[in-house]
Amino acid sequence: MECGVRCPRRRRVRPFCTQTAMYRGPGFDFSNSLRNDFLQHKGVALPKATSTGTTIVGCIFKDGIILGADTRATEGEIVADKNCEKIHYIAESIRCCGAGTAADTEFVTAAISSNIELHALSTGRKPRVVAAMTMLKQYLFQYQGHVGAALVLGGVDSTGAHLFTVHPHGSTDKLPYVTMGSGSLAAMAVFENGWKPNMEVGRQPLSPALPSWYSNDNVRPAVQREEALKLVCDAVAAGIFNDLGSGSNIDACVITATHTEMLRNFVKPNERVAKELKYGFRHGTTAIKSEHIRSLVVSEEITPIRGEAMDVS
Amino acid sequence: MEYNGGSVIAMVGKDCVAIASDLRFGNQALGIASNFQRIFPVTDRTYVGLAGLGTDVTTLRERFRYRVNMYTIKEERDIEPQTFAHLVSSTLYEHRFGPYFVEPVIAGLENTSSGSKPFIAAADLIGCLNFAKDFVVAGTASSKLYGLAEGLWEPDLGPEDLFETISQTLLNGVDRDAFSGWGAVVHVITKDRVVTRTLKGRMD
Repeated sequence: MECGVRCPRRRRVRPFCTQTAMYRGPGFDFSNSLRNDFLQHKGVALPKATSTGTTIVGCIFKDGIILGADTRATEGEIVADKNCEKIHYIAESIRCCGAGTAADTEFVTAAISSNIELHALSTGRKPRVVAAMTMLKQYLFQYQGHVGAALVLGGVDSTGAHLFTVHPHGSTDKLPYVTMGSGSLAAMAVFENGWKPNMEVGRQPLSPALPSWYSNDNVRPAVQREEALKLVCDAVAAGIFNDLGSGSNIDACVITATHTEMLRNFVKPNERVAKELKYGFRHGTTAIKSEHIRSLVVSEEITPIRGEAMDVS
Repeated sequence: MEYNGGSVIAMVGKDCVAIASDLRFGNQALGIASNFQRIFPVTDRTYVGLAGLGTDVTTLRERFRYRVNMYTIKEERDIEPQTFAHLVSSTLYEHRFGPYFVEPVIAGLENTSSGSKPFIAAADLIGCLNFAKDFVVAGTASSKLYGLAEGLWEPDLGPEDLFETISQTLLNGVDRDAFSGWGAVVHVITKDRVVTRTLKGRMD
């Protein structure tokens, strides 16, 4: 390429190996793009990325925020992970649910979590939810929707409890109750029906007419009282049972000003029943062509050299 | 994925893990080689299997070797399987918008204060990790392997039982996949040895 008069120095092309193998700069690497476009043009199918066709929800209650998520990850029509974690850590009292391309939600939240920590360290203050929200939306807008993360961000800071949704293109909403992912319609129906302002945690008992899986032993009796938490679980359950992209268990996270409680696998409405029989194979079922054993035990043999004893007189 | 074919599976047992793959290297429907290694040792007790496009299997194997060597020199210790899984994940996510066409599977024994603990993980092509407690699968036969493993796997299998279970899962899975097969190799990793066996499989 010609540089022109204003740039007398010839553009230096760095050797390939120093660019790719030894030092890698920050940011994404597009070196495979040309080849991949070519392969795609030839009809080589791109492997499917794991996506979390998810139900994620969030809800404001009297003392803070409750986030909820299902635990299914899918690859097309295949359930890739039956018990994945979708509530990601941002800061101690800020958490983020992720839907969309699973790798993107994972890395975007990790990157913002680390920037929030640095920000907290440099300001000397506890991080604010708006700060995390702004970082997320600016990051996502920069990538124009190609980073496919749909998020529910919630937390409590010095200015109170805040709940946001962040869309893959970078737009945000601030609402008292939110849902995202493929099960968002089912979950929102539950919220629209049951949400009311200033819901309390620790007052009203659960209604007696509960679905059978609520009486499951996995529900911790100590938290069965909580009204807002029940609404969140109902919303996620609506997604789990009515949306194909959502399934398995319910994760919840209760964030208040003083305490964050991560309730991993809070309700397990879809536990697999025990197998009636064993399907073990008799030893020798599989025909072997060759066998190689690599021993990892380091054995040392000490051979004393016999000779004249040392003179110690 | 379907260009060269191939599948990998890993399973957890009692104080052991197993990782297995087929040996086919094809050019779409045409079989080229029946000795294509896609499982590589990372450390003594950690193995990685790379299912996917053959060129990327070879490229990534070298890149992981380089990065693991650099880690070993810097840290003056072997890399733990979980750390290696994150290394794989970040390497793949770096290529988010021009990915390597591979689905890695990692199997190994973690060093803990009370001995060693089985560890398996799988990633998609852009590095989304899946830490399963039972089994992970990847490659062109993955949909078949999911079903078979779900039926055949059971908890706390000893090394020999685990070998039979993973072998039967893999052999029967790849027999229903046109792009995988042509022989198989199984590594069973235990605390003090790694047993590698090549299996007799259908050659069609």
